[in-house]
Amino acid sequence: MSGKVNDLVIRFANVNGTGSASANNMFSKSIFRMGIPVSPKNIFPSNIQGLPTWYEVRVNEDGYLGRRAGIDVLVGVNPQSFDQDMASVEPGGYFVYDSTKPLYEDAMREDIHYVGIPMMQISMGFFEVARLQQLFKNIIYVGALAALLDIEMDVIKKIIEEQFEKKPKLVPPNFQALEAGYNYAIQNYDCPLNVRVERRDNIGDKILLEGNEATALGAIYAGATVAGWYPITPSTSIVKAFETHVKKLRKDPETGKNNFAIVQAEDELAAMGMVIGATWNGARAFTATSGPGVSLMSEFIGLAYFAEIPVVLVNVQRGGPSTGMPTRTQQPDLISTAYASHGDTKHILLFPSTPKECFEMMADCFDLADRFQTPVIMVSDLDLGMNIHLTDPLDWDDAREYDRGKVYTAEDLDEIKEFGRYLDVDDDGVCYRTIPGTHPTKGSFFTRGTSRDEYARYTESGDVYVRVVNRILKKWETAKQYVPTPELYQESYQSKKGIIFFGTTTYAAIEAMDLFKQDGVSLDAMRIRSLPFNKTVEDFIEKHDEIFIIEQNRDAQFRSIIINELDTNPAKLIKILNFDGMPITAKTIMDLIMKSIKVLSVEF
Amino acid sequence: MTYVRPTFRHPGLPKNKIGYAKSDYEGSISTLCAGCGHDSISGAIVQACYEMSVEPHKLAKISGIGCSSKTPTYFLSNSHGFNSVHGRMPSVTTGANMANRDLIYLGVSGDGDTASIGMGQFVHAVRRNLNMVYIVMNNGCYGLTKGQDSATADFGSRSKPGSVNQFQAIDLVGMALELNATFVARSFSGDKTQLVPMIKAAMSHPGFAFIDVISPCVTFNNNVGSTKSYDYVRDHIEATSELDFVPEKDEIQVEYEEGKSATVPLHDGSVIELRKLSPEWNPTDRYSAVMRLQKAKIKGEILTGLLYIDPESKELHDLMGTTDVPLNTLTEKELCPGNEKLQQINQSFR
Repeated sequence: MSGKVNDLVIRFANVNGTGSASANNMFSKSIFRMGIPVSPKNIFPSNIQGLPTWYEVRVNEDGYLGRRAGIDVLVGVNPQSFDQDMASVEPGGYFVYDSTKPLYEDAMREDIHYVGIPMMQISMGFFEVARLQQLFKNIIYVGALAALLDIEMDVIKKIIEEQFEKKPKLVPPNFQALEAGYNYAIQNYDCPLNVRVERRDNIGDKILLEGNEATALGAIYAGATVAGWYPITPSTSIVKAFETHVKKLRKDPETGKNNFAIVQAEDELAAMGMVIGATWNGARAFTATSGPGVSLMSEFIGLAYFAEIPVVLVNVQRGGPSTGMPTRTQQPDLISTAYASHGDTKHILLFPSTPKECFEMMADCFDLADRFQTPVIMVSDLDLGMNIHLTDPLDWDDAREYDRGKVYTAEDLDEIKEFGRYLDVDDDGVCYRTIPGTHPTKGSFFTRGTSRDEYARYTESGDVYVRVVNRILKKWETAKQYVPTPELYQESYQSKKGIIFFGTTTYAAIEAMDLFKQDGVSLDAMRIRSLPFNKTVEDFIEKHDEIFIIEQNRDAQFRSIIINELDTNPAKLIKILNFDGMPITAKTIMDLIMKSIKVLSVEF
Repeated sequence: MTYVRPTFRHPGLPKNKIGYAKSDYEGSISTLCAGCGHDSISGAIVQACYEMSVEPHKLAKISGIGCSSKTPTYFLSNSHGFNSVHGRMPSVTTGANMANRDLIYLGVSGDGDTASIGMGQFVHAVRRNLNMVYIVMNNGCYGLTKGQDSATADFGSRSKPGSVNQFQAIDLVGMALELNATFVARSFSGDKTQLVPMIKAAMSHPGFAFIDVISPCVTFNNNVGSTKSYDYVRDHIEATSELDFVPEKDEIQVEYEEGKSATVPLHDGSVIELRKLSPEWNPTDRYSAVMRLQKAKIKGEILTGLLYIDPESKELHDLMGTTDVPLNTLTEKELCPGNEKLQQINQSFR
């Protein structure tokens, strides 16, 4: 056997609402269980049923998890998109299709292989009900792919058995469909194809997990009790996953009652209001939304910033502006999130790049919000949130204690001489708060979004106002020592040129660095994990002459934030942008960097 | 500015059964216009809490934006207060209530804050039956921005600058009934005899207790509806120096017997017909309440009193099955499932 092993991109072209997601996940999981890294992406329409939807899987034994352009195998089960799908296959690649009805000869390409499997016809031979014919057709193509790509059948069968553990009656028909697809392919084609998979041991203890589910688990482990939310793609699955897991993990053992409260709000404004009310009252609370929701929440975010109330918000970004591309990925809300609300406001942002980091950073968000009594926003995106990723297993240190920040207890209030909600007692900009109901006669104060003095009394004095807002800014400085530090990819700087990236760009950026290295080009690299930027970020920017800022929006918003926050000379920050709604690829990064270099006449 | 009341009090002041004097329920000195109906409502809240022996720190007062929403500064200094953003008091109160079900939540709002910008949040707090007292200080106009009509201004009423309101009024009480609110009442700021027990009843109600309080604006609703009136002429004189002109008026006080209607002259000389519910009224019958309200409307009367109460009311926490202990008292021990559990969860992702 020859050909490409464990290095392929396969895309499934389905009709949404036909049960294909389950079969496609089964496909990915089987390769994962063969010890080979996989990276699946949903490319789905904003629709419930009937429109084209795609599922693209990159299989790569070296562990590169970013998207790669160029489709080696396309599984076409949606006649609506046949033309487009056929055109998307790389020359020499394969078009595996449902041949129950013949393809139009005219439409066929000569530079790709056609593998017809009469999926529906086989399915109709086994199943009478139309819905079942539809569902098992999906399993039939999984079976055919097992033969064509050399996937171990036992692995797939085990997955089926696990999936239907509680409905064992469904196991035999699934096996039947799987084998029928497998046998048809074996009998009619030279199996395996020129691209195939082969067992490896390259997974270690990694898991397959969606960023949103990891985020939800982070909130549970961090002790969030209140969630106020409003449904919006691609953030909805955070609260849904929170609900699923918290119901299992957080029932009072004696009474069976809920140690949590989830309120589906009337809109994003209310969702944020609920979070603010709950944290003001001493609970840990959060909400999740996307760009449009952040726009709606902005007024409240400003209140939380100015009145100094902890808030945890997750922004799972999608293509903007306006309703934009609601089911495509981008990083387009960086400025609107970092500076959300009117007046002088700026917010602590955390940028996870893997589900594992979603879990950890979500937990950190609660500590940071309590510590700094301010909104803390985790900025994720659709690619990270709604796709499963190969990621390190989640881990929780049982010795970890929640950092609830500076909160006076009744005993504290009895001891201190006088209470002023906004007195900078420790000279770090962070003041002591009290929770309603703490003490009968001490510690009450009036929370307000208006200007106020150190004792929370309304004031229109300019001097007092300036003192207060400067003190709030001091928190920003203090926060630099607490937020997650950037990740550097070299022991010491090797080059005068560097790249900066964050979030889901990381996969492609790392791959691009390796590709550059193969060409003898070495670039220093830094992954930024939070705002405010700390000393390491400043140092990296200072020590390099040209820095490529890789991000997924049109206007280079991250670059603007760097310039705004650090007064960096814009000339040395070069925009590397991808914003077509698909996750960025290593090749795009390389091409754009090479093009910039030509334009800038910079030599490596 | 916030004016602080002198702390000295006569040592012999009477105390309630938990040992607090009425002064313990007071707040800072009001900065509202002299004679503002809202101050009377603040007074009624103080009186009700004193009489109810509410522990001040076991009550949270939450408001939106506007004249009415400023009032929580003027009562219950020993309670935590939250002056949030315009029209969003209900959501902040919802979150606060979720965090600690043991406090009393007193939400204060105005007609602009509730019937316009905050309508969405108001109706959803009603339908969730959030356990709170929701008081609307209803004066039919926007005071802080100089007297624009609000959505509760009656059709045909004339504003201070002289325009006639062409739009139908939103009747918050009718709306609350329609939305199946479990406690619906209306009162008048000048009628403390009715208002104080009503607030007490509302605080005792498990669920959403809505009180619409008609509360005249002495400054911007102080005009008669005619271009020939003395007031009309005076308003035009006023136009040259209108900014600081605040008419000093006494608070309107009215008392009348159960079952009788009363005519109350307002500061601006216009007249409100008030009609109390009769003693044989059954406040637990929503249908009759709706009918009675419609009849009063046709007759040009403003119906006051407790219009409807659902004695079977189940508040949001009961509907959701929340634990009896306030969520904000739970610690890592109850909240964090631990690493062993997490490793099992990891296994399900392989």
